[in-house]
Amino acid sequence: MQQVNRLSPFFENLVFERSDNHMIVNFGPQHPSAHGQLRLILELAGEMVVKAHPDIGYLHRGMEKMGENMIYNEFLPTTDRMDYIAASANNYAFALAVERLLGIEDKVPRRAKIIRMMLLELNRIISHLFWLATHALDVGAMSVFLYCFREREFAMDLMEDYCGARLTHSAVRIGGVPLDLPEGWLESLSKFLDHMPEGIADYEGLLDQNRIWKMRLEDVGNLTPEMAKSWGVSGPTLRGSGIKYDIRKEEPYELYDEVEFDIPFCDARDSYGRYKLYMQEMRESLKILAQLIPMYKESEHGLMAHAPKYLSATKEDMMTQNYSLMQHFVLVTQGMRPPVGEVYAPTESPKGELGFFIRSEGEPYAYRLKIRAPSFFHTGLLTDLLPGHYLADVVTIIGNLNIVFGEIDR
Amino acid sequence: MAQHQVNYTKDGGLPVMLTTVDHLINWGRSNSMWFLTYGLACCAIEMMASGASRYDFDRFGTIFRASPRQADVMVVAGTLTKKHAEFIRRLYDQMTEPKWVISMGSCANTGGMFNTYATVQGVDRVIPVDIYLPGCAPRPETLQYAAMLLQQKIRRERAFKKLPKKRLV
Repeated sequence: MQQVNRLSPFFENLVFERSDNHMIVNFGPQHPSAHGQLRLILELAGEMVVKAHPDIGYLHRGMEKMGENMIYNEFLPTTDRMDYIAASANNYAFALAVERLLGIEDKVPRRAKIIRMMLLELNRIISHLFWLATHALDVGAMSVFLYCFREREFAMDLMEDYCGARLTHSAVRIGGVPLDLPEGWLESLSKFLDHMPEGIADYEGLLDQNRIWKMRLEDVGNLTPEMAKSWGVSGPTLRGSGIKYDIRKEEPYELYDEVEFDIPFCDARDSYGRYKLYMQEMRESLKILAQLIPMYKESEHGLMAHAPKYLSATKEDMMTQNYSLMQHFVLVTQGMRPPVGEVYAPTESPKGELGFFIRSEGEPYAYRLKIRAPSFFHTGLLTDLLPGHYLADVVTIIGNLNIVFGEIDR
Repeated sequence: MAQHQVNYTKDGGLPVMLTTVDHLINWGRSNSMWFLTYGLACCAIEMMASGASRYDFDRFGTIFRASPRQADVMVVAGTLTKKHAEFIRRLYDQMTEPKWVISMGSCANTGGMFNTYATVQGVDRVIPVDIYLPGCAPRPETLQYAAMLLQQKIRRERAFKKLPKKRLV
């Protein structure tokens, strides 16, 4: 039994000493290539993994419980810390769920929608670059890490110019966005869009035909479509198994039905195929961003939805009209009171399907807030994916699945 | 026969520098701080960014090591949860003396925004901390400044003194 006053992990079911030739290896929770705090208990026959048991919860911070004790606007910065590589994607997913609950999704001004999409796609590029950087670092290609961070910093500069933060943006609000694009931002964006394809060509030049990279990735982590479906896999990992499913196309949110882009997918099923897919996805994101620039220039002013019952008025109104100021005071101190009901809003985050389920009882706090994070399902997949691979491939597969622990443990 | 004669009173004087052994050792220690990669959450990304191309941490002589036995400085980057607390103490004990700890970000400092049942309210409840970095997440420049402060701190220390046990808050 675990002693109550000691912080010791549960080891009851684990027999390290065995009579057969199998060996139990503990991997993590502080392993440099575990991408956070993943603990894997591996049973090895020689160097081959026979059984894998992922142990999570080392970064459990109680976010869902926090969501039940905070007003909706308060919870928004907390979502930043979930998938911290693409914070705006989380902000957006939460904002969308609350907007659907309030029924103000269509009232969001067009310009706000365009800015949100810019942030989302920029975050997708940041996330994919980070994925490639760490994945390559795990497999042994140090220089790719440095090259990827070069371009990533340019994208981070854009985010910083917009919202002031590098990592935890909180750049999307419920009902719109807080700020218009600063002066000269679009020019910097188009400059970034011009340079980025060269960067992608650089990485592909380093990796595509690289003998070691191909040896480490090809035929490693074979994910059949059936297995992917039964484990609830989503995002690029699912599309790498030949299933063309993207929520941006299936259930378009924002203005994704107005822009033209393809859903890259491949039938290779292995890690190398997924790597090619991520590269292709970055190109598609660039394509979307390029289309958004003229759309932004045509759009009219207006950043927040007009819904005085739920959202504060503009700063000008607050300073000039007494009623708006009172409304703002009530909304800040007590919080908005959404109608009774429940909502689930799926979005396509860089890692897969990210959705917030909110059950509202008409209180300023959510009665239950459930987060469906893609990485959680991808970690479960490790149980099935790792057996049959060598110990050295474990690191490749973990890196390739693109898991982030803030999102898994929440 | 050597025709060349050196005048030791001119042109910068003797080609010899006088110092104490303390200074020499501290000079070496402060310019080759090896960091333990202790990425726990969001701050780990900024820690990696500071090691990458733009911020180039290697200038300070810092190299990120994966093993605690090869590291001098532990950068606790991220939220420490109660489930993980035992391991941070174990890794800290595995590091060889002299060792220092940088607590990076609000979560590691005080628990930050996560005042919940699962989070340790400050890493200094488990291991002694030398430098606290504010921010959520701190920028790479902040980590660089912390590294420079730590260098100053190391240079002030006496190299051969028996190190007093660091106090746990």
